Amino acid sequence: MAGGDVIRFVVPWASALGLEFNLRLDGFSWVFTLLVSGISFLVVLYARYYMSASDPVPRFYAFFLAFMGAMLGVVLSGNLLQLVFFWELTSFCSFLLIGYWHTNTAARDGARMALVITSIGGLSLFAGVMIIGSIAGSYDLDAVIRARDAIQADPLYLTALMLVLVGAFTKSAQFPFHFWLPHAMAAPTPVSAFLHSAAMVKLGVFLMMRLWPVLAGTDAWMWTVGSVGLVTLVLGAYIAIFQHDIKGLLAYSTVSHLGLITVLLGLNSPLAVVAAIFHTLNHATFKASLFMAAGIVDHETGTRDIRRLSGLYRFMPITATLATVAAAAMAGVPLLNGFLSKEMFFSEALEVAGPSGSLNQALPYLAVAWGVFSVAYSIRFIHGVFLGPAPAGLPRIPQEPPRWMRFPIELLVIACLAVGILPAITIGPFLDVAVRAILSQEVPVYNLAVWHGFNLPLAMSIAALVGGVLLYLLLRRVFARGSELTPLLPPIEGRSTFERLFLAVTRGWPRAVERNIGTKRLQVQLRWITIVAFVAGLWPVLKSGLDRGPLASTTVDAPLAIACAVGAVCAVAAAYLARFHRFAALLFTGGAGLSVCLIFIRMAAPDLALTQLLVEIVTTVLLLLGLRWLPKRVEVPPTAKVRRASQVRRGRDLLVATACGAGLAMLAYAVMTRPLPEQAISKFFVEHALPDGGGLNVVNVIIVDFRGFDTLGEITVLAVVGLTIYALLRRFRPARESLHHPAENQACPDADQEMLVPGVLMRVMFPMIVVFAAYLLWRGHNAPGGGFAAGVALAIGVILQYMAGGTRWAEAQLALRPMRWIGGGLLMAAGTGAGAWLFGYPFLTSHTAQLDLPIFGILHLPTALFFDLGVFALVVGAIGLVLIALGHQSTRHRWN
Amino acid sequence: MELIVALLIGVLTGSGVWLILRPRTYQVILGLALISYGVNLFIFVMGWVRGGIPAILDAASKPDFSRFADPLPQALVLTAIVISFATTALFLVVLLAARGLTGTDHVDGEEREE
Repeated sequence: MAGGDVIRFVVPWASALGLEFNLRLDGFSWVFTLLVSGISFLVVLYARYYMSASDPVPRFYAFFLAFMGAMLGVVLSGNLLQLVFFWELTSFCSFLLIGYWHTNTAARDGARMALVITSIGGLSLFAGVMIIGSIAGSYDLDAVIRARDAIQADPLYLTALMLVLVGAFTKSAQFPFHFWLPHAMAAPTPVSAFLHSAAMVKLGVFLMMRLWPVLAGTDAWMWTVGSVGLVTLVLGAYIAIFQHDIKGLLAYSTVSHLGLITVLLGLNSPLAVVAAIFHTLNHATFKASLFMAAGIVDHETGTRDIRRLSGLYRFMPITATLATVAAAAMAGVPLLNGFLSKEMFFSEALEVAGPSGSLNQALPYLAVAWGVFSVAYSIRFIHGVFLGPAPAGLPRIPQEPPRWMRFPIELLVIACLAVGILPAITIGPFLDVAVRAILSQEVPVYNLAVWHGFNLPLAMSIAALVGGVLLYLLLRRVFARGSELTPLLPPIEGRSTFERLFLAVTRGWPRAVERNIGTKRLQVQLRWITIVAFVAGLWPVLKSGLDRGPLASTTVDAPLAIACAVGAVCAVAAAYLARFHRFAALLFTGGAGLSVCLIFIRMAAPDLALTQLLVEIVTTVLLLLGLRWLPKRVEVPPTAKVRRASQVRRGRDLLVATACGAGLAMLAYAVMTRPLPEQAISKFFVEHALPDGGGLNVVNVIIVDFRGFDTLGEITVLAVVGLTIYALLRRFRPARESLHHPAENQACPDADQEMLVPGVLMRVMFPMIVVFAAYLLWRGHNAPGGGFAAGVALAIGVILQYMAGGTRWAEAQLALRPMRWIGGGLLMAAGTGAGAWLFGYPFLTSHTAQLDLPIFGILHLPTALFFDLGVFALVVGAIGLVLIALGHQSTRHRWN
Repeated sequence: MELIVALLIGVLTGSGVWLILRPRTYQVILGLALISYGVNLFIFVMGWVRGGIPAILDAASKPDFSRFADPLPQALVLTAIVISFATTALFLVVLLAARGLTGTDHVDGEEREE
């Protein structure tokens, strides 16, 4: 890899869409992987001692490792879409980690804020990546890098750049999105040490580095990245000085350091990229150790408030020494790693050649100002916490932490020193590999040495150190006042602005929309849905017209025409009578259904006719059972005003109904007068039904074989409906007035005894119906019939027992267990489908066995038959469940 | 003949649409049933244009596509019939439960001044 090789691992997935699982390890991602896994190892070790026994520790480690996996996914992605996926996953895992102490309001709020901000960024990044991918013609990272010139010349380059940068800035807490990071400090400290120093917040700068070869080099890049980084750099460092919470101080310091890396990337100079990568590594080392030290302080004393802490050196000298060294690295003291990258930044700031001359000149001064602020907050951290008089009134008496809790800090601090003193030997090779992967050809000459001679950057460093000490001394009185506000800044808080915006978007606006155009009334909603559907149907007709097709009309078939006429009359009558004459309307609806059934018979669809007829019977019985619980409808003569309003409404609805009906009729007519398209797929089904499906009834073969997966979904729906109905009726509370016996039944209180003759007849019929159902099921594959029809037929047999024998008798005699039928049927259908796996075929592949039996002769036994058997059982179960549950309700009035 | 069938589809659907815009749950349930008749018929006739005999093959001879009625819309409608039965049943029970809970059979769960 040192030679610039790239290791890949690609699993193709949906290649046509540019989607594949693509892991790509080059020098840069190798260094980042090393950083992430190294620091996470140390943090895992640290967390073992940090987490208290009362916390749910397994959950912590689960979230933490999930986060680490997602993080490595981002780093190792060779495909931009995959990168975005893992990117979102890190946002999600960090949400869980920040909100780990979910009983704490601050943790919940911080977690939500981080999630909202970073996922807005994630979506923006997704959009940006899609633009880049469409310009480059591929989402593969290498292809995108090769397409650099095309991307930068594209008119959408600016849009893509901005979208990607919003993603990077939100993740890396750059101004104006910086405010979520300090609030995320409600997380357990190990989380802060990892996510907020080495891992998640580094993703933003990681992305900018990864895409640096593609997107950088333009003025737009320099202006956006450079200026945002600059504002963040100075602002973050300034605010950090005035934080009282040590984790808050470190958080703003992180914001500021991320700003530094961003500025470096924005300078459009290869040398600055070297500095940026270098500083990323350095910052992760010293900031992780500082967070861990802060965690130890919190753990041992019970507070993180600088105003209450002081003089901890007495109690924990080793930790204090380690923290001091790390803080010195943060401040950029010579012989430590922070110093080296800071020097590189200073020399870059002096040589910047941006498009704006005055900004070029201002940059060195801003850099020194940042240096001064950094030194000041570093001193505040060390002096405020570890030096000075012994603390008073702490919740706990502090002491040194356990040996292995301190070990990660020791290791990191040693790394700071080693890199700071012998950079060329220690960090040199790593940096070189990483830089080579990003800059490929144009690797600049850089010199990792501690001593560069007396030059301007060194003078700037000295000025910053001296200035920082002076500033800290000057500000001591301000700190002593203990104010929560930051001086010289307007008291605008990112958080409250965010909360206001968040409330407006999630509650204010939706409510306003609902107030203005919403309605709770179903009729209004349905009317609008119908109108929109009508207009959607009308739209293409208006554009291309709707004329009669070329086919000549067929002659009128008298029986069919009569069936149509009867159906139409029944439909209109049902519509007219449904309000006051429910029973009559139900009969008319059934009549319309039967006429449709006749049409199916006449038009060569025996399967449909059979199923329609059987379903019609069941539906009618069902509705009859329901009628009993509906309120009595009495016709009251309306007042004149109500009558007029109702006439207007009815007129409008009539118009909508007529328009819809006429539209569908015209559409049907237009289609019926046209020939079937040449490429109609039905031909395939007819020709392959026997050889591939092993059945003669093409409709049934389509259902159980060609489209078996659909059917599986469909019977699942049926099962769910059955269970839902059962659940709903278990808690059914009928209206009070429906509980009384209807007046007609009062005369004969025990209706069960009434229907003796039909009852006996039905009992005799039952075995015949069972045989008939079995017959329908068996022949379904080759002749009209099938699982649906058979299932409904058997269910009707059960209903007849209920009707003729009465609910109580039927319940006593017939122990139908609908749940078992449903479960068994579903298992059978799915199991038949899964069985194909055993033979190495895809799900639901069917097979026909040829059995040569002595009496039956040659027998075709398709596996689809077992599938159909599952359908049958499920239909029996679902319909049985519904009817039994409804029928059982009729026993209610006896109990009350 | 095409015209007559088309008119029946129109009448079924129109009656159904009229009913689902009514205020009583029972009207809506019948309306859905009528609409499903109309729409099923509509889907079905998409393949009826060619006429033909039922798509039951003869095992002995190679099937001649042009002789048969189109089986595909039939399979689709068969599925649709079962699903519309399921939705009708579910809706009926929701209707009954709503009636028990709210004391009215108005679709909004409360009587309206109209």
